[in-house]
Amino acid sequence: MRGSCHPKNTRDRAVCMTNCPTLIVTVGLPARGKTYISKKLTRYLNWIGVPTKEFNVGQYRRECLKIYKSFEFFRPDNEEGLKIRRQCATSALNDVRQYLSVEGGQVAVFDATNTTRERRGTIVKFAEQNGFKVFFVESVCEDPEVIAQNIVQVKLGSPDYIHCNSEEAIEDFMKRIKCYESSYQPLDEVLDRDLSYIKIMDVGRRYLVNRVVDHIQSRIVYYLMNIHITPRSIYLCRHGESDLNIKGRIGGDSGLSARGKEFAKHLRKFIQEQNIKDLKVWTSQMKRTIQTAECLGAPYEQWKSLNEIDAGVCEEMMYEEIQEHYPLEFALRDQDKYRYRYPKGESYEDLVQRLEPVIMELERQENILVICHQAVMRCLLAYFLDKTADELPYLNCPLHTVLKLTPVAYGCKVESVYLGVDSVNTHRDRPENVNVQRSTEDALQTVPAHF
Amino acid sequence: MEFPHPERMRLRRCDSAASVPQFCNSPTLIVMVGLPARGKTYISKKLTRYLNWIGVPTKMFNVGQYRREAVKIYKNFEFFKPDNEEAMRIRKACAAAALKDVSAYFTKEQGQVAVFDATNTTKERRAVIISFAKEKGYKVFFIESICDNPEIIAENIKQVKFGSPDYVDRDIDEAMEDFIQRIECYRANYIPIDDEKDRKLSYIKIFDVGSTYLVNRVQDHIQSRIVYYLMNIHVTPRSIYLSRHGESELNLLGRIGGDSGLSPRGLKYANALAAFIRSQKITDLKVWTSHMKRTIQTAEAVGVQYEQWKALNEIDAGVCEELTYEEIQENFPEEFALRDQDKYRYRYPKGESYEDLVHRLEPVIMELERQENVLVVCHQAVMRCLLAYFLDKPADELPYLRCPLHTVLKLTPIAYGCKVESFFLNIEAVNTHRERPVNVNINRDPDEALQTVPDHI
Repeated sequence: MRGSCHPKNTRDRAVCMTNCPTLIVTVGLPARGKTYISKKLTRYLNWIGVPTKEFNVGQYRRECLKIYKSFEFFRPDNEEGLKIRRQCATSALNDVRQYLSVEGGQVAVFDATNTTRERRGTIVKFAEQNGFKVFFVESVCEDPEVIAQNIVQVKLGSPDYIHCNSEEAIEDFMKRIKCYESSYQPLDEVLDRDLSYIKIMDVGRRYLVNRVVDHIQSRIVYYLMNIHITPRSIYLCRHGESDLNIKGRIGGDSGLSARGKEFAKHLRKFIQEQNIKDLKVWTSQMKRTIQTAECLGAPYEQWKSLNEIDAGVCEEMMYEEIQEHYPLEFALRDQDKYRYRYPKGESYEDLVQRLEPVIMELERQENILVICHQAVMRCLLAYFLDKTADELPYLNCPLHTVLKLTPVAYGCKVESVYLGVDSVNTHRDRPENVNVQRSTEDALQTVPAHF
Repeated sequence: MEFPHPERMRLRRCDSAASVPQFCNSPTLIVMVGLPARGKTYISKKLTRYLNWIGVPTKMFNVGQYRREAVKIYKNFEFFKPDNEEAMRIRKACAAAALKDVSAYFTKEQGQVAVFDATNTTKERRAVIISFAKEKGYKVFFIESICDNPEIIAENIKQVKFGSPDYVDRDIDEAMEDFIQRIECYRANYIPIDDEKDRKLSYIKIFDVGSTYLVNRVQDHIQSRIVYYLMNIHVTPRSIYLSRHGESELNLLGRIGGDSGLSPRGLKYANALAAFIRSQKITDLKVWTSHMKRTIQTAEAVGVQYEQWKALNEIDAGVCEELTYEEIQENFPEEFALRDQDKYRYRYPKGESYEDLVHRLEPVIMELERQENVLVVCHQAVMRCLLAYFLDKPADELPYLRCPLHTVLKLTPIAYGCKVESFFLNIEAVNTHRERPVNVNINRDPDEALQTVPDHI
């Protein structure tokens, strides 16, 4: 498939990630972070271009049961309960098969406790029958504080406990965990030595990795080993308004305008007021981000990977000029802004690939401010907020606005802070007419105002 | 002396292997652990090579070397008997000397990572190292290799021990016998890293050449990268074939960069390459190209499925794209000179440097490590970077490595390094190799600048 294809429109990823689809199976007692890991991993894989979907068996159970009464449902001697749970797992696996074999998915994350060897055996057989590779992700944790924090963060708000008060919910949940404990058979170094898995112990203090068989599993392991749950915030913003921004020109490497410099000062004040512990600051290697950071008066690190998207032959042009000189290209870009690559330049898809090490390092870090560019910020934001490839190139990332992202529960809280310094608008929405034959007017319909 | 442009100076202030900003604030001491013939030196050398290539100054310190310098002539395994007090003293002194050199490397030579390659099989020895590191403010990361598969160990001994200076005058059976006794000397007192008692340490345990890994307390970015690297390398025999695309139209005109197709001779080469590959009778060969026409056209002739990597694209010459060297000299004489002054770090305006190239090729290298038989059809600068990785060439040599057109390099890992076989496929091509001229001063004459430009139409 990847062999003799023409470069332009292929979803060409670096390597064929997966020849056969991969089934990732979580393992662990309740409140060990399985769903957190599943969602995060799914988000990451989709962002780097590997179609991934998670299947949470608890969801299936809620759809089947409608009303959750109490932990008694999970008692190992509750025959009726067991029957329903088994059905739910089967139903979920059917959907997995549909996704991987029919819908073109590449990775499915099967999120359930899967705490018995028997259950895992069933899954392995299912995978073998369907030609899926299996990779287990087990989370083992006995730290009561971590578990309690987990329950507070994600269980109290669960549909199961909507009608309970916190104490009731916690008590019930602890009993629920107990129901699984007696029959829990963790992955065993000897008995399960032929399986591919990673065992995560104590929220990432220790990992046991067994039989990684291919590239995607290797990447998954690397990712899992870099994420953490220490509370922190990520601040994203663009450089201050630049001279080329004012002229409505894209790309280039110009310095800050007067208002841009003003923004840098406001940014400094904002950061000071936030009172952040051990803040790291990253910029690209372009003048405008560096000048913005210089104003902060703190050390910063420059990443070439954070440079703005390379617009190739269109560098430093206004949209009007692009329409004049490259009307075809301009239309093609509007047709598929994510995959479109400027001649001698890059696409958003390329950007994502070069930003992947930045994301990996962002995961390792704690409090951090990233001063970057419009397209770059869109890519980073899409990662944190789980935006699709079609939405990504149209995310709103205005100048002089800081986004504060704080991981919470299964997602990310976003606070948008406009720092009160005027600037041009650089956001060009997708115009209605994306046809290559369109008129100049139609093409330029959504170009923001500039000098 | 000409000062580099202030902008460029500032740009180089922060780490230039861009994706990994502050690798290490404090230096890192990597400590190998394991019985003899468990691959410690193999891992040490490979890891050192990788870290240097990605721009982290790293050096390995093999305590066996120090012992050979101290003892001059190796008699037999009795030297390693745990009750041999004299030998124990010497061995301790060697370890201490090596640690002293580690310290000098960090403080005087700006090293960032040191790999301390020795058995370090006792808790006591490891404690000495830990307290040494603590005192000096170094981070410590242990790499323990555990293997009890007799076949692997025997293979290991054959590959690297027979050729060792210790056994240079011995016949194979004698050497094998002695080495096995040597291993036994260590085994009695071997205490592996303890997952309970040593839970505060940072380490990775590698079981059975990578079938299983136990990773504990990764502290920082560099340790995370090291773990990722170690988990991707393997020892399965295989070969890596590196070749440039066939001669291109722009090559003929002496123009750099661009995205032209193959010349007639280039097409001939593509066919010759296909024939060569067939003759090599390789199992499961993967073929990789860049996204540029000339590599794709070359791979097409080979007739097997190939994968395209944008990361394998030729170095972006920015404003100099598609120019001849004469035109570069005419239009950008200062840039031309700056490039000759520091070809590795020099970045074309709106383009890339070799240093940038290495950074973007890192995922390619990582995947090459995972793979088995691979043919990479790429470009001159790209091939120089890849070759430098496999052959452990430093940054100043890298941009001048010879990678002529129409020549396939076959790299086969053996022992601690890489065997290289060069195959010129007998199709003439222009020479695209420009040596560093004698005069690199920005005030030089055009003549001097163009002194080493190869011929073209």
